[in-house]
Amino acid sequence: MDVIVSSWIDVGAVADIPLRGARVVKTPLGCVAVFRTAENEVFALEDRCPHAGGPLSQGIVHGRSVTCPLHNWVISLETGHAQGADEGRTSSIAARIEDGRILLDRDALRARAAA
Amino acid sequence: MAKKLLIIGAGMASGRMLEELLDRAPGAYEITLFNAEPRGNYNRIMLSPVLAGDKTYEEIVTHDDAWYAEKGVRTVFGRRVTKIDRAFKTVTDDAGETHNYDKLVLATGSDPFIIPVPGRDLPGVLAYRDLEDTEAMMKLGAKPGAKAVVIGGGLLGLEAAAGMATHGVDVAVLHLMPTLMERQLDEAAGSLLRRSLEAKGIKIHTRANTAAILGDADAGVRAVKLDDGTELAADLVCMAVGIRPSIAVAKEAGLELGRGVLVDDHMATSDPDIFAVGECVEHRGAVYGLVAPLYDMAKVLAARLAGDTEAAYAGSVTSTKLKVTGCDVFSAGDFAEGEGRQEIVFRDAARGVYKRLVIEDDRIIGAVMFGDTVDGPYFFQLLKDGTDISDIRDTVIFGPTFAEGGAADPLQAVAALPLEAEICGCNGVCKGAIIEAIAEKGLTSLAEVQAHTKASSSCGTCAGLVEQVMAIELGDGFEAKTVEPMCGCTDLTHLDVRRLIVSQSLKSIPEVLQALEWKTSCGCAKCRPALNYYLLCAWPGEAIDDGQSRFINERVHANIQKDGTYSVVPRMWGGMTSSDELRAIADVVDKFKIPTVKVTGGQRIDMLGVQKEDLPGVWEDLGKAGFVSGHDYAKGLRTVKTCVGKEWCRFGTQDSTGLGVQLEKRLWGSWTPAKVKLGVSGCPRNCAEATCKDIGVVCVDSGYEISFAGAAGLDVKQTEFLCKVATEAEVFEHVEALLQLYREEAQYLHRMYKWLARVGMEHIQSRVVEDADSREALSDRFRFSQSIFQVDPWAERARRDVDAHEFKPLAEVA
Ligand code: SRM
Ligand SMILES: Cc1cc2nc3c(=O)[nH]c(=O)nc-3n(C[C@H](O)[C@H](O)[C@H](O)COP(=O)(O)OP(=O)(O)OC[C@H]3O[C@@H](n4cnc5c(N)ncnc54)[C@H](O)[C@@H]3O)c2cc1C
Ligand code: SF4
Ligand code: FES
Repeated sequence: MDVIVSSWIDVGAVADIPLRGARVVKTPLGCVAVFRTAENEVFALEDRCPHAGGPLSQGIVHGRSVTCPLHNWVISLETGHAQGADEGRTSSIAARIEDGRILLDRDALRARAAA
Repeated sequence: MAKKLLIIGAGMASGRMLEELLDRAPGAYEITLFNAEPRGNYNRIMLSPVLAGDKTYEEIVTHDDAWYAEKGVRTVFGRRVTKIDRAFKTVTDDAGETHNYDKLVLATGSDPFIIPVPGRDLPGVLAYRDLEDTEAMMKLGAKPGAKAVVIGGGLLGLEAAAGMATHGVDVAVLHLMPTLMERQLDEAAGSLLRRSLEAKGIKIHTRANTAAILGDADAGVRAVKLDDGTELAADLVCMAVGIRPSIAVAKEAGLELGRGVLVDDHMATSDPDIFAVGECVEHRGAVYGLVAPLYDMAKVLAARLAGDTEAAYAGSVTSTKLKVTGCDVFSAGDFAEGEGRQEIVFRDAARGVYKRLVIEDDRIIGAVMFGDTVDGPYFFQLLKDGTDISDIRDTVIFGPTFAEGGAADPLQAVAALPLEAEICGCNGVCKGAIIEAIAEKGLTSLAEVQAHTKASSSCGTCAGLVEQVMAIELGDGFEAKTVEPMCGCTDLTHLDVRRLIVSQSLKSIPEVLQALEWKTSCGCAKCRPALNYYLLCAWPGEAIDDGQSRFINERVHANIQKDGTYSVVPRMWGGMTSSDELRAIADVVDKFKIPTVKVTGGQRIDMLGVQKEDLPGVWEDLGKAGFVSGHDYAKGLRTVKTCVGKEWCRFGTQDSTGLGVQLEKRLWGSWTPAKVKLGVSGCPRNCAEATCKDIGVVCVDSGYEISFAGAAGLDVKQTEFLCKVATEAEVFEHVEALLQLYREEAQYLHRMYKWLARVGMEHIQSRVVEDADSREALSDRFRFSQSIFQVDPWAERARRDVDAHEFKPLAEVA
């Protein structure tokens, strides 16, 4: 049988993150925030607010957005873009759910150093 | 000679496929149909009405023996195909017989997923898939006092539960997730569904994780045990936690598999003579569990078998309905919020209706409805067709009649309403009554209309409509009130919402959002923390604290710093400390290498720069030395500053230090609209700066002067005098009553001085000083609330059994 090296990394169960909550995945290139929405979707963003580096994983999750805990910028979970009048973007990492597990895109995790 | 077509599985997919094929190409094949169930094709989805007693099995059979005979279909029922030999083109059944084929169709459906807990094999544990399961559940109703537990709060589980409940069975549903049917419903619809199922007597346990099924092989199942130790008695356990494509035979035969049997757009598997259709297949990465897509597939396969090589299946969009009487639920598409997506939410609290459309690029991409689902098919069609709805956007939520013919201007719509149209559902006030009152009494403001007609004076959600009626009647003579709504999610003010939470007994955030007709599905970072506070204040012990609706500091009980680390400020009661306490702090600082230690402006010590993961450890060590949380992060009691008082000071008149300590011990842990700080000074020299605090006590020879509503932050305010009392006991009662009144009346994030400015001194003095009964009732309510909220959050978290997920990374990757 062929051994296929998956390009997805399993970082835990969906149920490990509260609904409308977030948790952190530590990597050598810095923390990644993994969010779970009320609708049970997961998204992953670099855990740094485009404004002044606030840890987005600590914010309030509403809809598909998170409000930064430091100065209340609202960041889109899908694109990492600041919403409303604020401008800036944090990089996002592809995430998906399979059988109740959260998978993050390995290449995107690696590529962050360059970003 | 006709080719031999062999079909494995007589389910909904193969039944539809047979009909289509025999219409198109009768006689093209010599057909043999196998089924493991001892019967032919029936309408599996109607098992729920059978279970509920609305239909009989005979009514849901789609193909009977006469039909098979007429169409020349040979049937082998009650036998399972166990092996496919692709080289010789034969299949073998469990009776050991072998059958030839030219073309083979796999239509094996799904197998229910059984969670691997101890006791899953006990008699009385079943799934919900076929007639046998249905009959077993129906039989249970004959046993008086029978109890059933359904594991899984999805579509199947809820239909099973509601069905059994109609037979008088006492049913409990266990669901792992916080929301029922979370894959099809958003939180709002999920909570409405929960309420209406509970109204049928079904008990719902969410966040319930099954640990074991208890019982023995002879007597059968006895109970279900949850991982928190709870046991629920059960004579029957129905597992409805999901399905897996039934692919065992296909796997053994070496066909290519994903989650299901892989098929191309013509329903062919990796073997060109073998096709697959229904729930057992995976097509373009999707596996389906509803009939609509299976029917689409069945059509394509029939065409293909009839020789049409063009027919292709391109995947399906699905919609869901729940077949439980009185619980009308509809869901389709992608209903999550997102950037570039807008939502249209319609809530009619009086009728228990909730509708939500999710729009992207002027097209409906998702719909969730509860209570009134008649327009579901209309929305679903717009969704599937990708119809541009920009022209009907303002009214689309009201359904096809309104959207396509009705007035787009809301004022015009109200003007068109007949005089007897009901405007205020709570008080039964019709449009005519409002118009009459305006004309007769010369009313010009909403408040006057409320006072004279009672319209919009209860739940208040019709205030907008009432204003529109007034605008039509009064024209320029009417100016709509310009009060600021709580946030973009509602037109109601903070105070309206507070009042309505109490008057309508709303006890959770989803209930508030529905009853008060919120315009968004899950609120925002402005309204959710306020609602969480209002609920906790109104219903201590009943409302459940929603951590996800708290700002980070209150969620993790520490103050976030600019670099993402946290600060830790333990209580030092009234600013008093000791060598033991200081030594414990020194040890913690060394052990956890805390970079900064500072004396705060609030007479205590701040340890800054603590890593989040270290917080429980820091708290554990501080807890051992007797420290509790200082709540320097909370909208709650912060510090009580004191001066040394008469114990040492040559001017001191009373024990200001001791009084401050006692006040702090009574008030700590309470949640308040905004932060609350106290000061107690031993004489009018006021070294504790009591007269610029939220509540200040200045001791004098003859007693204690209590003042409040001071501040020294963004605004600098001197306190206002409340009253003077003679004893410490009176100080406690007055301060507690004052604090409770503030807790119950103020708007979230308003400190005391803002509350005073709004309600006036007279009101507060009358409630707290002049009326002893009122004062006592207030302080009683405060003490009751404290009996629930005065727990040390640090100790709970140091034991690692509350919110442990907050303090550990989800994972570390190298
Ligand atoms: C630590 C401390 C400064 C110090 O090193 O002394 C401090 C630190 C902060 N203060 Fe303060 N305040 C501190 C005493 C004060 C005082 C003095 C006092 O309490 O006697 C005041 C003025 C008195 C008053 O509140 O009226 C004060 C008025 C404020 C304000 C303005 C509040 C207002 O309503 O006008 C804010 C902003 C806010 O709360 O929105 C604020 C907010 C903050 C925050 C929480 C800012 C933030 O959101 O991160 C700072 C948190 C740092 C941290 O992690 O501890 N701090 N702050 C003091 C902690 C006292 C304690 O032991 O709990
Ligand atoms: C109680 C209930 C309610 C439902 N309600 C709805 C609803 O409201 N709306 C909706 O869209 N869907 C609903 N569904 C789902 C729907 O019934 C299924 O999607 C549909 O029946 C699947 O059709 P199928 O032909 O793929 O499989 P099935 O109908 O399951 O048929 C497969 C048949 O193959 C047989 N079989 C399997 N392996 C073998 C073998 N090796 N040899 C011989 N025979 C074999 C099985 O015994 C079975 O009879 C419901 C399902 C249930 C159980
Ligand atoms: S005054 Fe308070 S809020 Fe401002 S920097 Fe100092 S501690 Fe922070
Ligand atoms: S760092 Fe996120 S808003 Fe300032």
